Amino acid sequence: MKRLAPGTLPVFAVLAILLVALAFAGPAYEHPQGYIALLKRAAPLMILALGQYFVIVTGGFDLSVGSLVTAEVVIAARLLDGNEDRTWPVLLLLIGFGALVGLVNGLISTVLEVPSFITTLGMLLILEGAVFLWTDGAPRGALTESFRQWGRMGFEDVPWIGQLPYSVLILLALGTAAALFMRTGMGRLVLAVGDNDTSVRLAGGRVRTIRTLAFVVSGISAAVAAILLGGFSGVSAQVGGGLEFEAITAVVLGGVALGGGRGSVVAAMAGALTLKALFSLLNLLGISGALESTVQGVIIVAAVAYAAADTGWRDRVLRSKARSTAQPGPPAPDVVTTS
Amino acid sequence: MTVVTLSKRRSGEDPGTPVVRLTGIRKSFQGNEVVHGVDLELQPGEVHALVGENGAGKSTLMKCLAGIHAPDQGTIEIDGVVRRFRSPREAQEAGVAIVHQEFTLLPHRTVAENLFLGREPGRFGRVDKAGMERRAGEVLADLGVTSIRPSAVVSGLSVAQQQIVEIAKALVLDARVLAMDEPTAALADAEVALLYDLVRRLTGRGLAVLYVSHRLPEVFDLSSRITVMKDGAHVATEPTGELTTDNVVRLMVGRPLNALFPDLAAAEELGKERIAVAGGGNARIHDIDLTIRAGEVVGLAGLQGSGRSALARALCGVAPFTRGSYQVEGRPARIRSPRRAVRAGIAFVTEDRKGEGLALRQTVQDNVLLVRRSVSGRRTRSTVADLLREMTVVAASPASEVRLLSGGNQQKVVLAKWLAVGPTVLVVDEPTRGIDIGAKATIYQLIRDLARSGVAVLLISSELPELIGMSDRLLVMHRGRIAGELPPQSSEEDVMRLATGHGQPGENGQSEEAES
Amino acid sequence: MTALDASTATAVPRRKLQMPGSTATVYLALGLTLVVGSLLVAERGGTLLDQPGITKILTLCTALGLVAIGQTIAIVAGSLDLSVAHLIGLTSLVTAEVMAGQNGRIVLAVAAALGVAALVGAVNGLVVTKLKVNPFIATLGMALVLQGVLEHRYTGPAGETTRDFQRLGYDRVGPVPVSFLVMLGVAALAWWLLARTRTGHHIYAVGGDAEIARVSGVRVSRTVITAHVLCALAAGATGIFLASRLGAGAPYVGTDASYDLQSIAAVVLGGALLAGGRGGVIGTIGGVMLLACLDTTFDDLGVDPFLKDVVRGSVIIVAVALYARRKPGGRT
Repeated sequence: MKRLAPGTLPVFAVLAILLVALAFAGPAYEHPQGYIALLKRAAPLMILALGQYFVIVTGGFDLSVGSLVTAEVVIAARLLDGNEDRTWPVLLLLIGFGALVGLVNGLISTVLEVPSFITTLGMLLILEGAVFLWTDGAPRGALTESFRQWGRMGFEDVPWIGQLPYSVLILLALGTAAALFMRTGMGRLVLAVGDNDTSVRLAGGRVRTIRTLAFVVSGISAAVAAILLGGFSGVSAQVGGGLEFEAITAVVLGGVALGGGRGSVVAAMAGALTLKALFSLLNLLGISGALESTVQGVIIVAAVAYAAADTGWRDRVLRSKARSTAQPGPPAPDVVTTS
Repeated sequence: MTVVTLSKRRSGEDPGTPVVRLTGIRKSFQGNEVVHGVDLELQPGEVHALVGENGAGKSTLMKCLAGIHAPDQGTIEIDGVVRRFRSPREAQEAGVAIVHQEFTLLPHRTVAENLFLGREPGRFGRVDKAGMERRAGEVLADLGVTSIRPSAVVSGLSVAQQQIVEIAKALVLDARVLAMDEPTAALADAEVALLYDLVRRLTGRGLAVLYVSHRLPEVFDLSSRITVMKDGAHVATEPTGELTTDNVVRLMVGRPLNALFPDLAAAEELGKERIAVAGGGNARIHDIDLTIRAGEVVGLAGLQGSGRSALARALCGVAPFTRGSYQVEGRPARIRSPRRAVRAGIAFVTEDRKGEGLALRQTVQDNVLLVRRSVSGRRTRSTVADLLREMTVVAASPASEVRLLSGGNQQKVVLAKWLAVGPTVLVVDEPTRGIDIGAKATIYQLIRDLARSGVAVLLISSELPELIGMSDRLLVMHRGRIAGELPPQSSEEDVMRLATGHGQPGENGQSEEAES
Repeated sequence: MTALDASTATAVPRRKLQMPGSTATVYLALGLTLVVGSLLVAERGGTLLDQPGITKILTLCTALGLVAIGQTIAIVAGSLDLSVAHLIGLTSLVTAEVMAGQNGRIVLAVAAALGVAALVGAVNGLVVTKLKVNPFIATLGMALVLQGVLEHRYTGPAGETTRDFQRLGYDRVGPVPVSFLVMLGVAALAWWLLARTRTGHHIYAVGGDAEIARVSGVRVSRTVITAHVLCALAAGATGIFLASRLGAGAPYVGTDASYDLQSIAAVVLGGALLAGGRGGVIGTIGGVMLLACLDTTFDDLGVDPFLKDVVRGSVIIVAVALYARRKPGGRT
């Protein structure tokens, strides 16, 4: 992009400061390996933020991704049950399930016109209940090594950085694809849907389809995040807990407007990385566990407040400029030039 | 507190003191002066019309009076006392009531709750609901309105009733002057009569009314004096009886209006039928027979609520026909959605530019490409730069956000987005609303050029001079039906006669009396 | 909507009134659930609405009801509060710790809990109005802040409420728990506040359209802050009630029951618009009772507890889909 999308500058600035601060705070970050490890930890959340970005930028919310991640991991464990040769079919099935959940979310929100906050809240409850109903209350079975490698392994002995995790490669691939997509005409149309869906509908655009697809992307990204998280930290009933809020926070931190129509996907992912870098820094500073969430909460609110003040100010300036141009100058309003 | 007290206040006054006197009002935005020392006086009991082209400074002047803008220079006197308003609230308390163009009612709340919003009666924070509804009833009865119950929910009212509630809300505080900005913009013809009644009743009590409108027939019907503004300056104030529509237009525009319009189509320029509707209808419109040929501009006239926009929306698949046949390029077409319409080559410039036409926070370029991206397969060779040049859009760059452009440039962007897919039919609803005269001329020329290139154009406008000046033929709608067809250059009287559904001729037509 | 609307509905014959309003719908659904539930339970040889059954339903209603009343006020004002679940945990601890097993400290404990709640609500309101942070993020941030406090200070239940105080949680009149009556009292108060006071009218106005409210002379910030304080006070009351039930304060008593999302669900189920400006306490209580009846029926039927979540989720979606269908003149 030639220029940064409006409102994205703060997140990159904060991220840069945090990354520098990390180097001073902990010996782990004296080498590139430390940052690669951070990226590896952050990859699932960044991928979730990618999916959430598409939903938010078209004007919705996806609260179901956290329980979807849990559901995916639990399903994987039960279906795999330690059987190596089932790994690939199960991986495909997980992606398909994520897409299906997204499709249902999208269709209910667009066709039945249920606000997506409610749709995905209902889906959150349904997924939570259904998965444990199916597994009789606790995760059962086990993941296979070839399943877990995606979240924990990588190409070893890469010069300078040591291990290059698969998850980071997957993240880069998905992030690049999303960033490139947002530069295409279709991507710009996605933004326009969030800005003014009527204008897109009257232009002949398929607003419902686009919105539904945004939920599908979110579902698939939750599936991918689940695969990485399951590999990284194993099976548990809490693996996805609260991730929906973290993902939404990350996206908003990236300067994406709730309500849609504004923000960049790269910034949304940077927002996720910022969150993770923040956690790491807090850990290094010894504010582990206990007050971590407090500091996190304060910083998130402060960041968003800062962004609100910033855009508010910028909007006021731009609006008064626009007003002055909207009022035609006294003598010759019909002067028209080409830029 | 309510309007009941108006007459009392007035009775003790010297009738010579104007209710409002504006002297030498100047106002600049960002160093660009848009009102240049304007004087204006409102006498008790008069309806004073304020007319002028868009951008003439009427709204700015009105907003100075309403306390929304603070004038840079000049004084505002109410009943002979100089006032400086720091907020709309202060102006209200001084007796200035404003009815804005947009509605300011809460749809889910009752009439009484809306009337007294922010000043609910009662003690210790408790709202005296019964008392509030009783007083709302009094305020409405005082305006001569008995058809609106104070306990009715606003969303259940007709647009005209909402407009009356809007006026009542402005008058809950003791008002000396009522300023109305295009109060009939949203009203159907029968409803306009109600509003007239109300205005006359108020002036009968000594209230001064400042009536800002683009609709000259209304202005002539209602006002006792007319003030014309042009380019931010006061041009003339004359008693209505001493002016004619032509005078006023000339004063407003500074040149004869028809100089703006390109030549009409010659007979040999008309091509085949692009669209043909027979017996078309839906809930809002009935028995529509309509053909538009390549190369012609068909004007569609009618009062608000007559079904003009409903017909446009049916043609463009937004609220489709449910009856009749619809042919595009000689073949039956099922235009059931905007998408189908766009694919069939029909472009729709809606009257609500910001609400329906543009994604305001996206760039000029993204808006120009909106249709092309929405409907793959339809495209022209022109690049965004070509289109913007053709449309003479003035923008810092194609990457600037559309919301920062002026109204005229925004409208050109709307047109450009349709040109990008090379439509064969163009439906334009109020294409020049709220834009300055230079941009208007550009848009007129553009519409005509499109017709010349073989596009069939349906033009809808509330401004009759514009419609008559642009159209190769005129269709007039009344109550959801096409009431008749008129040849090019018909008179405004002919159009109005058909539009009001009966044969009362005359510029100052007594349409509202004939109606009742 | 609330009775506010019911009264206007009778006064004004509106054309679109053949369909029952959303408040009526939720009570219809409640009745239907009770009938079907009773039949199903009877078939298995039990009774849904025997004394323990009624007591159980009403006790379930009490906690969720209290927090949902507050949530209604926040949502009607066009905001929402995601920090209530953590606040409930915190106020239960404040109550139990201040009380410390002494009857003489009951009033002090309740006052302290409500004071903490009001403070949290005020901060939420200030962040939303003065710092212009989206309420979703603002209250989520507050939830995190409170979570940190809870994690930092507590590892498990703490403090002690007195036997006498616990009677608030357990005493009943016939099958009806006293606490349920208290909750109804709070609901009545909240209804009166929304329908009959200036503050209430302003809350609806601000939620309906903040700009219109502003030009009409309503102090928007103050109204939103008030709504947040009231919402937090209701959550505080929930924390106090739960402390009385449990005999102690528990840090995760609010989050384990996910009162944040559950209360929002109940409010929406009661017919409120999530966007604000429309909704009411009476509908919300209907939503709360519906959820409680479903829960109890399933328990009596011996249905897997996880199925309850599934049904609950589906009911919420279906209800809102039904409300969306009848939105008058809704744009597509």
